[in-house]
Amino acid sequence: MAAAVNRFFGSDLWWSFTRSPVTVASAVVALVCILGAVLAPWIAPHNPFDLASLNLSDAFKPPAWDEEGAAEYFLGTDDQGRDVLSAIMYGARVSLLVGLSATIFATVLGVSLGLTAGYAGGHVDSVLMRICDIQLTFPSILVALLVDGVVRAVLPREVHDQIALFVVIFAIGISEWPKFARTVRGSTLVERNKEYVQAARVIGVPSVRIMFSHVLPNVVGPVLVVATLNLGLAILSEATLSFLGVGVPPTQPSLGTLIRIGNDFLFSGEWWITIFPGVALIAMVLSVNLLGDWLRDALNPKLR
Amino acid sequence: MFAFIISRILQAVPVMLTVALISFAMFAYVGDPVAIMLGQDFTEAQRDQLVRDLGLDQPFWVQFATFIGHAAQGEFGLSYRLSRPVAELIAERAPATLELAFTAAALALLIGVPMGVYTGLYRNSWLSRFFLTFSLVGVSLPTFLIGILLILVFAVWLGWLPSFGRGDTVKLGWWTTGFLTVSGLKALVLPAITLGLFQLTLIMRLVRAEMMEVLRTDYIKFARARGLPNRAVHFGHALKNTLVPVITIVGLQLGAIIAFAIVTETVFQWPGMGLLFIQSVGAADIPVMSAYLMLIALVFVTINLIVDLLYYAVDPRLRIGRGKGGH
Amino acid sequence: MRKLLLAAALAIGLGAGWAEARTVRWSASGDPNTMDPHSQNVGTVTMVLQQIYDTLISRNQDLGLAPGLATRWEQVEPNRWRFWLRDGVKFHEGQAFTGDDVVFSITRAQQPTSNYAIYVDTIERSVQVEPLVVDVITRVPDPILPNKIASLMIMSRSWSEAHNATRPQNTRAREEMYTTRNTNGTGAFRLQTREPDVRTVMVRNTDWWGWSEPASRESNITEIIYRPISSDATRIAALLSGEVDFVLDPPLQDLNRLRSAPNIKVTEGPEVRTIFLAMDVHRDELLYSDVRGRNPLKDLRVRQALYQAIDIQAIHRTTMRGQSVVTGTFFPPQVNGYSREEDVRLPYDQARARALLAEAGYPNGFEITLDCPNNRYINDEQICQAIVAMWARVGVRARLNAMPLAPFFAKIQRDDTSIYLLGWGVPTLDALYSFQSLLRTRDGGQGNGIWNYGRYSNARMDQLIDIMTNQSGAPRDAAIREALRIYREDIPHIPLHHQMIPWAMRSNFTIPHMANNQPYFRWARMN
Repeated sequence: MAAAVNRFFGSDLWWSFTRSPVTVASAVVALVCILGAVLAPWIAPHNPFDLASLNLSDAFKPPAWDEEGAAEYFLGTDDQGRDVLSAIMYGARVSLLVGLSATIFATVLGVSLGLTAGYAGGHVDSVLMRICDIQLTFPSILVALLVDGVVRAVLPREVHDQIALFVVIFAIGISEWPKFARTVRGSTLVERNKEYVQAARVIGVPSVRIMFSHVLPNVVGPVLVVATLNLGLAILSEATLSFLGVGVPPTQPSLGTLIRIGNDFLFSGEWWITIFPGVALIAMVLSVNLLGDWLRDALNPKLR
Repeated sequence: MFAFIISRILQAVPVMLTVALISFAMFAYVGDPVAIMLGQDFTEAQRDQLVRDLGLDQPFWVQFATFIGHAAQGEFGLSYRLSRPVAELIAERAPATLELAFTAAALALLIGVPMGVYTGLYRNSWLSRFFLTFSLVGVSLPTFLIGILLILVFAVWLGWLPSFGRGDTVKLGWWTTGFLTVSGLKALVLPAITLGLFQLTLIMRLVRAEMMEVLRTDYIKFARARGLPNRAVHFGHALKNTLVPVITIVGLQLGAIIAFAIVTETVFQWPGMGLLFIQSVGAADIPVMSAYLMLIALVFVTINLIVDLLYYAVDPRLRIGRGKGGH
Repeated sequence: MRKLLLAAALAIGLGAGWAEARTVRWSASGDPNTMDPHSQNVGTVTMVLQQIYDTLISRNQDLGLAPGLATRWEQVEPNRWRFWLRDGVKFHEGQAFTGDDVVFSITRAQQPTSNYAIYVDTIERSVQVEPLVVDVITRVPDPILPNKIASLMIMSRSWSEAHNATRPQNTRAREEMYTTRNTNGTGAFRLQTREPDVRTVMVRNTDWWGWSEPASRESNITEIIYRPISSDATRIAALLSGEVDFVLDPPLQDLNRLRSAPNIKVTEGPEVRTIFLAMDVHRDELLYSDVRGRNPLKDLRVRQALYQAIDIQAIHRTTMRGQSVVTGTFFPPQVNGYSREEDVRLPYDQARARALLAEAGYPNGFEITLDCPNNRYINDEQICQAIVAMWARVGVRARLNAMPLAPFFAKIQRDDTSIYLLGWGVPTLDALYSFQSLLRTRDGGQGNGIWNYGRYSNARMDQLIDIMTNQSGAPRDAAIREALRIYREDIPHIPLHHQMIPWAMRSNFTIPHMANNQPYFRWARMN
């Protein structure tokens, strides 16, 4: 383990990381966002879901540094007297959960199908890649809207509200998998014809094992890059769906939901209700994207 | 060539059929048309009559075939919400969406390509870094937030541009255009920027990557070695070669633009198909939803087909290497 | 001197403006879903159609009755009202208006596909006595018939017959007919363009009989362009940037900003609409609750506890930003039958609410789902959110189910609810309309309990409502008074407030503020 850690800090990757102040900064921002989101139940100043703790007379308090603000509510309160900072932390939790789960779902699906396509070739390959082609041309947001719309129409409202989170995860994930499949298939095609794979084949190692123990490790890099960039996109997709009012249920507001609700107050002077969640969303997505960008350049020797 | 077109069209058929199936399933089962049409007081006989009239007692595939037959003629029935033929509603709103999408794409292309070329050539200049950072911010900003901020700044604070709608339009046959009036053009600015920004950054990054890739190739090095001036190398050789993938992506992204128009149209109350779709989703107006879906699928399939054909025309390798699988 | 000249030139310019085109660009959140005057009895439809169609009796600016297409009316017998009609009136397409059109319109509004039946429910038949005299024969003596007739728009028989529109459009059956998009009224404005969801343009009917009336003489509006903008923020942005002149439903949170903006003014007044919560007091077990085997809402103590747990002043102050009139009853003072003494709320008292719940056998509260529209009334969803939080503090764990008005009304109209928020307007300005629709036992009688989705049923209340229907004078007043007392004591609803309706407009536009939330452009002026 220690050796692995040492190896990591001695690696090119770490070196290029420390050389890029923007990357370090975005890593810090990303870390803050993630920690704030994950630890929300323990470190958030209030629990926005505890209805009994809400007090309508505390509504519309501006941020603490404003004359009318209260120290108790650092970023102010919304129309129901909910603490905006806590709402953002809990909201980021939902956004991150959806983004990560959707990306993991898309990764697993895309990698498996990409490996299969690349390794098996022939008809399996052409069918899978054709599906990829078709789906890539449909924008993810439309696929997600569609999946969500169909599920919404098929299931009764009560049931839908309970599984809405999974529907959104599924909807976003299913719309992103082809990118992974494409990447993995390309790398697999290259690896498949290398001698060590041919050799493993000859000595009778099962295909599945070859794929996972020999081919997969060689495609981890590109997959990681796609996944990181995709995480930002997935978080944005979720925010967009929630902004359109078809995303996560209102009982579990994400950053997109907060922005949608706050949007009504944008022109009335209560800007903090929408601007702060917006800033949080942008900070989160931008830092993740910057990291992904750096990772791509760092892993691509041609660009050095 | 002809065989290629035919094979491509044949490949598009299953796509359209799949989408049609989803559309039909929504149309036939989700909305429960019988319950909606009968209202509250009815007899069993009336119910059965209606089921027969609507053909709902037919086997599934007969109903599906009828649905496809109607769909092929643009016949999707009446909107639940507006009690008007769906085809008419969509035809009324299509010009608004198409004009917006076209302007956004043109904007993205006209600004994105030069920016991409510049950043590709001068990788380390501060302007390039600025462009790159700008593009990352552009990718990270959700479309709706951009729209809201643009309205706040340019419509409310500065009062320069309208915040909603299409302005005055001129009728040209069944098409309505906002291109011919001052207010129509002004109304187009903010939504087009909102919609085009993401594509702009995408095109910029794509052109940059392609430029860098091409500049490394042997024949550019060779051109330089021949002593050709930088200008000729960059624009005569390098840019020309980057444009093929760029045009492809732009073509494919046209579909994405039309889809993302849903968000932009919602923010700007732009009276296009996207707004119609979202309003229909809100009102569970199934006929409109399923028709919109079919239409978008058709647009995508068509764009794909055209892009494929362009590829075929531009890239000679495709003409020989076809059939070996993978490209 | 120069300044003077300029001022003079401006004055002349303004004077000349009288004859010029004066366009008012108007916006609200919703778009009418039909142009048929008897199909949908909702504010978004009538706000456009009442510019185009006249009624026999119209309303003046205080919502009092005023001559419309009828110049005079009288209850000639207990069961017979007589209307003398205005001479020389023409429909927009040129047909002369006669008593036959009135008879036709009444019959049309009585068809099963009509949504206006409640205004003509007592009418047995109507006859044209002379070309310009019509008698309306009622099944029972109907003292408030003129109030109801004032909501019935008059169509042309020959036009309707020529276009196959002799019955109202059935929106539920998704049919399109000529009247979905075409109109032919006698009113002050003519429909010129109708693009659903996008634009509705009306132009001045210079032949309108009413332009010489004192209230309309000053009006200079020649064209009305209506454009729906559903997003609150966008609608306000459009007003602030001068793209629209008049917004019927500005969001409350923007009022302060609008008031302080240059060139914008806000007029406000009470609306004849009351917001309340209604409960399922019929089922033996609630559909949406964790209480099994009994219905807590059948217990008066529980209803009272839910009532007293609500801090209505906080809602008034914060959620409504002062734009509401807190009430203890279910219609406002403008309505005939209102009684100040019965308009008393139970005090806000959380301790009392907890005690009442414990007394009723729910010391730990219970779970319930509150159904709430999210785009129908002013800040409806926010009100519900606030109430859910307030109930949480006395132990009642309410789940908020907020949805757009279409699915919301569909749901409650199936009685598929345990407790819901409703806003009730009174177009007839008479208490009977509210009592009969909201509280009468639903026994199949026309108009009885048609909006009583909690299925409240009280024998004495039913008797009193029947007295209101059939009698007039002192007995009727006494019946209303007693019914209001029962309402206060029996708590079939939890009353919240009467809505206030602010209208926002550019400073150069004037329009009288109306308590029925309908803009009358015939009285408007643009400078």
